[in-house]
Amino acid sequence: MAILVIAEHDNQSIKAATLNTVSAAAKLGGDVHVLVAGAGCAAAAEAAAKVAGVAKVRVCDAPQYEAQTAENVAELVKGLAGGYSHVLAPATPAGKNMLPRVAALLDVAQISDIVAVESADTFVRPIYAGNALATVKSADAIKLITVRTTAFDAAEAGGNAAPVEAVAAAADLGVTALVGREIVKSARPELGAAKVIVSGGRGLGSGDNYHKLLEPLADKLGAALGASRAAVDAGYVPNDYQVGQTGKIVAPQLYIAVGISGAIQHLAGMKDSKVIVAINKDPEAPIFQVADYGLVADLFDAVPALVAAA
Amino acid sequence: MKILVPVKRVVDYNVKVRVKADGSGVDLANVKMSMNPFDEISVEEAVRLKEAGVATEVVAVSCGVGACQETLRAAMAIGADRGILVETDVELQPLAVAKLLKAVCDKEQPQLVICGKQAIDDDANQTGQMLAALAGWPQATFASKVTLADGKAAVTREIDGGLETLSVKLPAVMTTDLRLNEPRYATLPNIMKAKKKPLDTVKPADLGVDVAPRLATLKVAEPPKRSAGERVADVAQLIDKLKNVAKVI
Repeated sequence: MAILVIAEHDNQSIKAATLNTVSAAAKLGGDVHVLVAGAGCAAAAEAAAKVAGVAKVRVCDAPQYEAQTAENVAELVKGLAGGYSHVLAPATPAGKNMLPRVAALLDVAQISDIVAVESADTFVRPIYAGNALATVKSADAIKLITVRTTAFDAAEAGGNAAPVEAVAAAADLGVTALVGREIVKSARPELGAAKVIVSGGRGLGSGDNYHKLLEPLADKLGAALGASRAAVDAGYVPNDYQVGQTGKIVAPQLYIAVGISGAIQHLAGMKDSKVIVAINKDPEAPIFQVADYGLVADLFDAVPALVAAA
Repeated sequence: MKILVPVKRVVDYNVKVRVKADGSGVDLANVKMSMNPFDEISVEEAVRLKEAGVATEVVAVSCGVGACQETLRAAMAIGADRGILVETDVELQPLAVAKLLKAVCDKEQPQLVICGKQAIDDDANQTGQMLAALAGWPQATFASKVTLADGKAAVTREIDGGLETLSVKLPAVMTTDLRLNEPRYATLPNIMKAKKKPLDTVKPADLGVDVAPRLATLKVAEPPKRSAGERVADVAQLIDKLKNVAKVI
């Protein structure tokens, strides 16, 4: 049977997380179909059709999917799911919001945040902030899965030309209305897809210091900016900067932790990074236990020096 | 308006759990248990809505073993008016909890259910969304701000890249994110008062819910260990390592 991947998109383009989810789907055995539900989303559907490994794109273009609310998208997916052995979405805020709703409507369990596929019904997922890995087996007829994107390579975004087929919209439930979005436009790479991440913690002392010190370093390295929960709680930066158990899970080539002590909840979000650098004045900080390169130094001296030398 | 707040008993935030040697799970013997941190935020928000005169009653619900009574007492010490324990020794998975909560909602008829966005033990992030689906209600997950008026909730949500505000018709389910509020510490008088507040116990069978697990855990293992690397003396050496050894910049 085929596998359905719910695309994350902005009607114009496909978000990178979709590519990792397609790779996870490819490990299950079966044709991979991608659902693009949006309004005026032909360009996103075209982009999905180019992704390597995709056998078919199903596009549902209707006004009620403009804001991609969980209620309406879940209703649509519920209607389509019967033809599939698995339904996958990335474990991003959007996927986490929508997919459990589909699972409940279908009366099946959801397997959240998988990091490995053992077989078509058995998966590995982290629990307790990544301090344990559980191997779980599903007995449900349809497996609903969210995918930890950092655990699967991105599928090639080009080169394919899968057929695109329109599907009929489900009823507009009309229970939720989007009032507005405040999206911070940034020239920096997305945190989830960045090759280099510069991340700051409470050691920075203030939001001003965070921006003054870390932005030049991020600019120099072409890096995304992240933060510990402590820095978010202290109001230095918005919540979507948060790396950790309850924030974003990242695995860049290089992760530079500045003034971050390294609580287990933070390590849960970044310990799969290829190279970890820690800059902290406390030589006992737990972050040094996972860092490839540890620099015990005052970050107010070390970071500007790093910017000057990098 | 009545608000229902589900609360989960989990391993305390500060405990680093150990995997059992036989791979059957994590070792929970003699480990400190507390209310799931996101559920504390939920209770706090519900109590603030009551203090602001928007809500009239805050009911805390916990599903699980008898010791979840402590979690309910903790919620009542923050300010919940009463507690309901759905008592079972069966391992509860999110779908089962959502079904139990749906049954409780059928009886209690709340206008708003405030759940934590995820529990810090199974990290599933499912229950609130599943409850909303089963009840046929709208949902507003990962909330950082909420205002209630005219039978609707305006909820600001944490999404990738920023925030979005939804207007959802009540009754609805909301799940809480970190920045919604900072939960208060329960005072000793309030902890004492909480002991006298009503706490009802029901069984899943009383609610007509089958709570049998759907997912079988085959094994639980330690994640691969990441070992500490080396200390560098200064910025120059760090740059050298990153450029010439790790080759990442």
